[in-house]
Amino acid sequence: MYKYLGVIFLAFVLISCNKNETQVTVANESKEPDTIKPVEVDVKMVYILGGEYLPFYGDDSVLVDVKPFYLDERPVTNKEFLAFVTANPQWRKSAVKRVYADSNYLKYWVSDLELPPGANPDAPVCNVSWFAAKWFAESVGKRLPTLDEWEFVAMADADTPNARRKPSYSDYIVDLYLVKDKHLNPVKQSAPNYWGVYNMFDLIWEWTDDFNSILVTGDSRTGQYDDKGLFCAGAATNSTDVMNYAAFMRFGLRTSLKARYTVANLGFRCAKDAPIENPNK
Amino acid sequence: MIGAVVSMTFALWSCSPNTGNTSQNKNKAIDMEATGDFEVAEITAAPNVPAPVGKRGPKKLIINLETTEIESIIADTFSYTFWTFNNIVPGSFIRVREGDEIQLNLKNAENSILPHNIDLHAVNGPGGGAEATFASPGQEASFTFKALNPGLYVYHCAAPPVPQHIGNGMYGLILVEPEGGLEPVDKEFYIMQGEFYAKTSSRSSKLLEFDNDKGNDENPTYVLFNGKKGSMLGPNMLEAKVGDKIRLFIGNGGPNLVSSFHVIGEIFDNVYTEGGSTVTHNVQTTLIPAGGATIVEFTVEVPGEYNIVDHSLSRTFNKGALGKIKVTGEQNPKVFKKN
Repeated sequence: MYKYLGVIFLAFVLISCNKNETQVTVANESKEPDTIKPVEVDVKMVYILGGEYLPFYGDDSVLVDVKPFYLDERPVTNKEFLAFVTANPQWRKSAVKRVYADSNYLKYWVSDLELPPGANPDAPVCNVSWFAAKWFAESVGKRLPTLDEWEFVAMADADTPNARRKPSYSDYIVDLYLVKDKHLNPVKQSAPNYWGVYNMFDLIWEWTDDFNSILVTGDSRTGQYDDKGLFCAGAATNSTDVMNYAAFMRFGLRTSLKARYTVANLGFRCAKDAPIENPNK
Repeated sequence: MIGAVVSMTFALWSCSPNTGNTSQNKNKAIDMEATGDFEVAEITAAPNVPAPVGKRGPKKLIINLETTEIESIIADTFSYTFWTFNNIVPGSFIRVREGDEIQLNLKNAENSILPHNIDLHAVNGPGGGAEATFASPGQEASFTFKALNPGLYVYHCAAPPVPQHIGNGMYGLILVEPEGGLEPVDKEFYIMQGEFYAKTSSRSSKLLEFDNDKGNDENPTYVLFNGKKGSMLGPNMLEAKVGDKIRLFIGNGGPNLVSSFHVIGEIFDNVYTEGGSTVTHNVQTTLIPAGGATIVEFTVEVPGEYNIVDHSLSRTFNKGALGKIKVTGEQNPKVFKKN
């Protein structure tokens, strides 16, 4: 038990450090945002109404209010990321600064402007860092979804906006998660969820804007929540939904990441602020 | 009031003789200097163990482990999606001595879907290394520790959700031998029990994977030695000769069940209770907690096949917890004869 307390403390300290590192680096980078050239992409954005939602971590009584937003209906593809690095040479494989992306960045690309051999241009782009994802979003006039926004959409199944209470909900997702090499498949080959959003679970893990900060994920949440539940039995008391193994797995993956990491099955999609009223209605 | 409780607790702790012994051991090992350059340690797959440390002094050792997610036969014609250390269940046996300085390198395979890490119960330090080694797919992580307490210890993955990672096979044993080494014996074997909560995968009727509900109910489909039904049966039986002194290093990965470890037809001459330093004698069945380990020693006097079981017997007869030691040699009618 004492060992675990140690983990909790250390994890807390490290997370705090990561956040600082991230903020500092972003601050440096943001001195030159005009160096990012705009890129055109053709992806439908879905209006997500938002609403109150109970985060997987935290106190039973703390509901988070997710404001309406737009979300890309599918992850960013190889083809789109190629357009991004074509317009923005500083994000090419040979040019990217190590502080913004580790050595596995775009690992399988043949060269700066050539996709991996046999890669489907419509498969999600992977081996991209959080920094790269963030600046891609900037280049298309969007942003990354917050963790709460992403998880809000992840509550939906095909029929309902919140399927968390269905017994099969978590099992179904875990089954999808266990399939190897699914990140090589093209987007939009499976059915959309209630909102009309594709591929939340069946292709890749996705970066979120605040991927490593379970500490602060919205206005109503403060530093009283850390990720201590992730490592140990604390999860039983700290998680609102102990049988939601799929969410455990996602939070585990996110906690293992740093902003410059690139992973073979980790990509992203973009989001955007939206008006309170759905303009499409 | 609180002050009184605290000081009483403190007083009780201070009185405990074990606390005193432990701190003496640790202090002794802390001052042992590990010499030489770092070298890669021999590690082995069950049921084999690396060579004993013998009389050597403390050294600097490198242990390389890779976390993987693989499909492999679990029982009969069924495969299971195992999560492993070094592609085997249980993971590689690690053998060091007290005072050794160990650099543990953990690589998470690039085609892993999930992050993994390692918590070694032999470590004095936060999480047993869990946080220091938390690695996303494709990443490597490393930490160094000094082995202070002799004994037999479980290591396991502690990434969330922990019961799932352990339930899929992410455990192994690390032995820390005392100065001077354990007394030499004729045969040493590595056995680890673990239970599997299985359901049929949606992808194939011949593929099984972890079932959260069964795990939560602690209702396993299989209880197995060394990650596979029949891992020590038929051609895989452990072998020994009449007169051999046998030492078993047995761990229990769990994630939930406690093992009532027993060898049918033998009595344990020595049991290092819970893998620690207290040796008890003449034991029929010994408890091994989930996340715990035990060393048992016995000499085989009579030829025959000896069943290794969890004496919670439904697990043995219905769920796979059965292995065998085949002992060959001369009959010994003084000890046993059929009339």
